[in-house]
Amino acid sequence: MKIEFYIFLSIALFCIGIVGVLTRRNAIIVFMCIELMLNAVNLLLVAFSKMHHLAIAATNPTAGTDAQLFVFFIMVVAAAEVSVGLAIIVMMYRNVHSVDINFLNRLKH
Amino acid sequence: MNISEILFYFLSAMALGSAIMVVVSKNAVHSVLWLIVTFFAISGHYIMMNAQFLGIVNLIVYAGAIMVLFLFVIMLMNMNADSEPKKNRWMKMAGIVAGGCLLLVLVAALKNAEVRGQQTQFNEGNIGLIQNLGQLLFTEYVVPFEISSVLFLSAMVGAVVIGKKGD
Repeated sequence: MKIEFYIFLSIALFCIGIVGVLTRRNAIIVFMCIELMLNAVNLLLVAFSKMHHLAIAATNPTAGTDAQLFVFFIMVVAAAEVSVGLAIIVMMYRNVHSVDINFLNRLKH
Repeated sequence: MNISEILFYFLSAMALGSAIMVVVSKNAVHSVLWLIVTFFAISGHYIMMNAQFLGIVNLIVYAGAIMVLFLFVIMLMNMNADSEPKKNRWMKMAGIVAGGCLLLVLVAALKNAEVRGQQTQFNEGNIGLIQNLGQLLFTEYVVPFEISSVLFLSAMVGAVVIGKKGD
């Protein structure tokens, strides 16, 4: 497949994630849309790694491997971020019994 | 159209459809399940591009661990239906318009990019195999690998400290 199919698919997934972050009021759904955005970026990185590998495979046989390792590290960071973020959400729920972001917005009241 | 293109379009439609259902669902548990379907579609894309390690790790880590964590938290909070009493329709329309504008801008900016027309290698190529990835990971990128273990340690300690009910 040509690379622009992957570019447009990744852009569409990313924008669906952004619409979810802007529109939903449940903090957990917002968090899930952030994971969706991260996955769109991962998909695009893997597609570019394969394109790069195909283009330069004659001179450098391991051309696109760095991008797939970068995707691996993005997954690592996403897993750590999810654990800490969900701990924060559970803690706030324990205090105010709501995960509505419009309610959590007014933190000082 | 050969079978690879049909599979690509099918997986793309599945990914986009389930992503839209994640954003649209009223029930939080339904959103998690649709997100798992999205991860399966993206892992299907990875395996079609012969990035085998990333495809399986995506399934195990994202769909297997992170989504289960989300489900635990949702069940802990006993969220049956998304209770949003006063839905502001204009804010939702503004959010959708903003996302649509970003989509338009990005597509217009990248429509005539220099890399158009180059193929991604499908179904073959061995840079996605775990042997080649491991050889690069443990020679050139061993320092980020070790630092990521420190990151996990700090994330675990932070999550436990935040979640403590103590005084």
